[in-house]
Amino acid sequence: MEYVIEMLNIRKEFGNFVANDNITLQLEKGEIHALLGENGAGKSTLMNVLFGLYQPEGGEIRVRGKKTDITDPNVANNLGIGMVHQHFMLVENLTVTENIILGNEPKKRGMLNIKDSAKKVAEISKLYGLDVDPYAKIEDISVGMQQRVEILKTLYRGAEILIFDEPTASLTPQEIEELIGIMRKLITEGKSIILITHKLQEIMDVSDRVTVIRKGKGIGTVITVETNPEKLATLMVGRQVTFKTEKGPSHPTEEILHIENLVVEDYRGIEKVKGLNLSVRKGEIVGIAGIDGNGQSELIEAITGLRKVKSGKIKLNSKDITGKHPREITESGLGHIPQDRHKHGLVLDFSVGYNAALQSYYQKPYSNKGIMNYKIVAEKANKIIQTYDVRTQGEHEPARALSGGNQQKLIIGREVDRNPDLLIAALPTRGLDVGAIEFIHKKLIEQRDNGKAVLLISYELDEVMNISDRIAVIYDGKIVDTVSPTETTEQQLGLLMAGQEKEEFVGAATNDVVLKEGDDRDVK
Amino acid sequence: MSNRVINLLVPIISIILGLLVGAVVMLFSGYNPINGYIALWNGVFEDSYAIGETIRQISPYILAGLAVAFAFRTGLFNIGVEGQLIVGWFAAAYVGVTFELPAIIHIPFALLAAAAAGALWGLVPGLLKAKFGVHEVIVTIMMNYIALHSVNALIKTVSGGNYKTDPIKETASLRSEFLANLTDFSTLHYGILVALAMVVVMWFILEKTKTGFELKSVGFNDHASQYAGMNVNKNIVLSMVISGAFAGLGGAMEALGTFGYMATLAGFTGIGFDGIAVALLGANTPLGVIFGASLFGSLKYGAGNMPNAAGIPIEIVSIVIALIIFFVASGYIIRVGLQRMNKKKGAK
Amino acid sequence: MSKRKLGLALSLVLAAGTILGACGADKGKEKGTPSTSGKDKAAFSVAMVTDIGGVDDKSFNQSAWAGVEKYGKKNNLEKADGGYDYLESVGEADYNPNLNKLVRRDFDLVFGIGHMMESSVKEVAEQKPDTKFAIVDAVVESPNVASIMFKEQEGSFLAGVAAARMTKSNKIGFVGGMTLPVIERFEAGFIAGVAAVNPDIKVDIQYTEAFNKAELGKAAANRMYSSGVDIIFHAAGGTGNGVFSEAKERKKADPNAYVWVIGVDSDQYAEGKIDNNNITMTSMLKRVDIAVENVSDLANDDKFPGGKTTTYGIAEDGIALADSHGVIPDDILAEIDDYSKKIAAGEIVVPEFPAKKK
Repeated sequence: MEYVIEMLNIRKEFGNFVANDNITLQLEKGEIHALLGENGAGKSTLMNVLFGLYQPEGGEIRVRGKKTDITDPNVANNLGIGMVHQHFMLVENLTVTENIILGNEPKKRGMLNIKDSAKKVAEISKLYGLDVDPYAKIEDISVGMQQRVEILKTLYRGAEILIFDEPTASLTPQEIEELIGIMRKLITEGKSIILITHKLQEIMDVSDRVTVIRKGKGIGTVITVETNPEKLATLMVGRQVTFKTEKGPSHPTEEILHIENLVVEDYRGIEKVKGLNLSVRKGEIVGIAGIDGNGQSELIEAITGLRKVKSGKIKLNSKDITGKHPREITESGLGHIPQDRHKHGLVLDFSVGYNAALQSYYQKPYSNKGIMNYKIVAEKANKIIQTYDVRTQGEHEPARALSGGNQQKLIIGREVDRNPDLLIAALPTRGLDVGAIEFIHKKLIEQRDNGKAVLLISYELDEVMNISDRIAVIYDGKIVDTVSPTETTEQQLGLLMAGQEKEEFVGAATNDVVLKEGDDRDVK
Repeated sequence: MSNRVINLLVPIISIILGLLVGAVVMLFSGYNPINGYIALWNGVFEDSYAIGETIRQISPYILAGLAVAFAFRTGLFNIGVEGQLIVGWFAAAYVGVTFELPAIIHIPFALLAAAAAGALWGLVPGLLKAKFGVHEVIVTIMMNYIALHSVNALIKTVSGGNYKTDPIKETASLRSEFLANLTDFSTLHYGILVALAMVVVMWFILEKTKTGFELKSVGFNDHASQYAGMNVNKNIVLSMVISGAFAGLGGAMEALGTFGYMATLAGFTGIGFDGIAVALLGANTPLGVIFGASLFGSLKYGAGNMPNAAGIPIEIVSIVIALIIFFVASGYIIRVGLQRMNKKKGAK
Repeated sequence: MSKRKLGLALSLVLAAGTILGACGADKGKEKGTPSTSGKDKAAFSVAMVTDIGGVDDKSFNQSAWAGVEKYGKKNNLEKADGGYDYLESVGEADYNPNLNKLVRRDFDLVFGIGHMMESSVKEVAEQKPDTKFAIVDAVVESPNVASIMFKEQEGSFLAGVAAARMTKSNKIGFVGGMTLPVIERFEAGFIAGVAAVNPDIKVDIQYTEAFNKAELGKAAANRMYSSGVDIIFHAAGGTGNGVFSEAKERKKADPNAYVWVIGVDSDQYAEGKIDNNNITMTSMLKRVDIAVENVSDLANDDKFPGGKTTTYGIAEDGIALADSHGVIPDDILAEIDDYSKKIAAGEIVVPEFPAKKK
């Protein structure tokens, strides 16, 4: 078999920390090779070694059978290795073509020559079915489209080997489908792909082979068709993982959150929540299912006091909290796991300990008469670190240094530890690996079992189906229906989310309808 | 090379490089760099007089540096330290001239007036930023000009048309016979104690108080701070006010110590702007500011001895001093260089 | 992260700025090597501290330095300790240390040049009663300080006469440095001189409130020339250099342009040279050099006028008009000379203060 890339026994150290320990990855020509591992397992490090950003301490890299030193990314580019980063490196107010040629602009008699480049971009786009408009501005196109621009960029520069770093993390289900199509097309055109991911289903759907790494060590390579998600999960985590979170029946008691005719505007003054009604009771998990942009963010921000309420009423514990200051609402018994943990959940440059105290620092015993007691803060932080299994070097470590999963555990620890009557969990498992997801789901159910209420907002249907006791479907700023997860299917839920009335989808070709709705959104 | 070695090497290499390039400049201009540097050293350390004057020079730098650093820790760029210092200078001079009080009341009163004036000058950009989102850099720069020209006008008004205020009353002066005798009549004054006390105050506010926790949190991530229920706008205003108060005290050093009066200013003193560099050199920490201010103050004062003792014209001296500061400030580049060297070695 | 980068960028910009600033300040001054002539131990050693204009301000400080040099050479001193020397002040905070440094180098007589140094000279003189001090343009009442004052109004009067006779547009300008009593004496004398010739001539007066900002002087001159003024008298030290450059630019653009500057303190003829023309009409000489030399001589002869104020006017040869290098016709020169004699004789008393205060 011909290997285009061989990474043999790679070892990479950072000080005393071994990020990659004896990892071997061999990429065949024309295959999609998945690189699977938990967050922080060393996947990105390995790829950065391949891309020339890090120099390995041991092992060797062969490109097309020849031993090669990849000293910097330029070398990698010249070898035809291209990377599609998880966080797009695009300039928002430039066009697609301008972004693609950025860094080596073609010149004709000293003048920038955009036209020829745009033509070439259009050609490549057509060849691989990318459907990108070379003259569109980045800020005007969807996230999925931006990712295609990243792919185009590597192809434009002559990449033969493409590395996709967590490509589906920020995509909608439809966009993921399309991406998989593009990857297949790339393979048929003779490219080879390394796909970094921790999503098992994607691997099963698209890859030919899988290399698994766990805690920096290479575990081995398996052929996709000879394995299954359960086996892969076990390889990745190192123990049995339950996919279906075990939970008993719920015992809801009195109402804790009551929302009546709520109207909220977004920052541009456009109504996003349009007369929404919702009720959450103690002892239950209510999941809000819906496509991104149907008013979920505005709803959460209104409940938590971060956004002005235009009209309507929000009651927490029968106390009117409409338009109150966030801190007053928090003190009325609300906990909040924000959807963007980096922007809203944590102060990344603060230590783990400071972050653990972010909601309670002003209260006794953490501070007294304006003076902080950092000893008690540290004790508290250590307790949260232990109870919630936050893997960190200690409470002094900056939160930035933690992996995504551990950052999320820290936030959940902080919020749950305050024992709130209602916990709002917005996309609590986004970007996390199965181990962390399992842990977080368990904690949410634990909250419920302790007689507290949980309001879960998620774009992932299986998560909503899995955890919720009731599912409220949000569409166009309203709760259009409330269903029980045991009495409904994902298809039915999908149609509700797309704004179809319940009666309409009887007998409809369900999946197609959902996809079409999604397409429309993209084009806009 | 471990990180610790690099951390130690960076400032040393920076200073050596600065001195070397400075020496080249002196050589090319036809002066003896060794004599020049001996004069610089002696200008700072030669005798008690030099040391006294150097410390005197450091005091306002510490306060200006603290002002910039404090705002920076809350994510704000206070370019208005210069103006805040000027109004503080005037306020202290005014109180020092106008009131008849025992020293034990007069000095604190004058200091407070300076701090309050500076705080007021910081309050305006703070409020504009918090209420209307006007960028503080623009407002503070403009406030500098307002301060400069208003104070010049005020000096004329209070002095009856003179270009400077009357000398402050003895009771408001930070100078002392003791310090003058100790340092052979240098203009050293007790302001250095005020400056050092403020270093402790800044450290205490940031590291020990609830307010400091909030200020830092807002500085690092205002979104998360808002989510955590903090009042971001209040903290922005507070930060600018405290920063301005530090700067105002810097002005009090000039009014109650160095000069004992205030004369109309033809242009900015430069102390406020140097404060930006002092804060950055000191990584915006209270202790770092002492280091940055000491370096700045020593070089600035010691440089005056180079024309005096080595006959090097002041213009060449300015270039040499600027080079040294340049290299210290760009220590980052040296750090990167060292790390790259390290990496290459590691790769082999 | 981005904030840290911004910080770095800022520090680099700042550092670069300081360097560029320093380069800009470099005037490429020449420094003579110490003369090899023998030392006369008996002679008084003399040094001076400039104000923030610097020793090469082509004006006041430079004139004072010329006096010190003349005294030094006359007495076979060298430019070193025990001979004669100067220190430049960059900021006001330098006055005290600079005076002190010279005292520490055991100079017998230390001059503080300029009104701005009044309080510093006073303070240091009290601390160092064994050293003799002198101050120009201010009065310090201290037994070891000699105060030197000038009757600037007298020379300015003559300059006013010259300007009033020479103007074609009947518009004349005056650019002052800071609004200090000394500069107001220039203004008062100048206006009186103009009025003595032709009371209808309009004098455009502007104070820049700085002695070391050529750009402000240039802006003021630009405004005045543009409004029809053809002669500007400046009493603004280094700021006045801007007046010269504006006039020279206009002359360069149009060699027939009728623009003139009347210099101040020293003979600023060299300043006015542009191609084959010269825009310096004359200069009001404030012979700081003569005064400085004179006080140094007195000190050397053990007649140091400590505690006294010595005033130099036309009668004392401390004030005069410089050679106009043929610009001013003889008949006008004769008229000026006539006024000069009357002032020296006390027949005309020139006002010290402008008629109406702003």
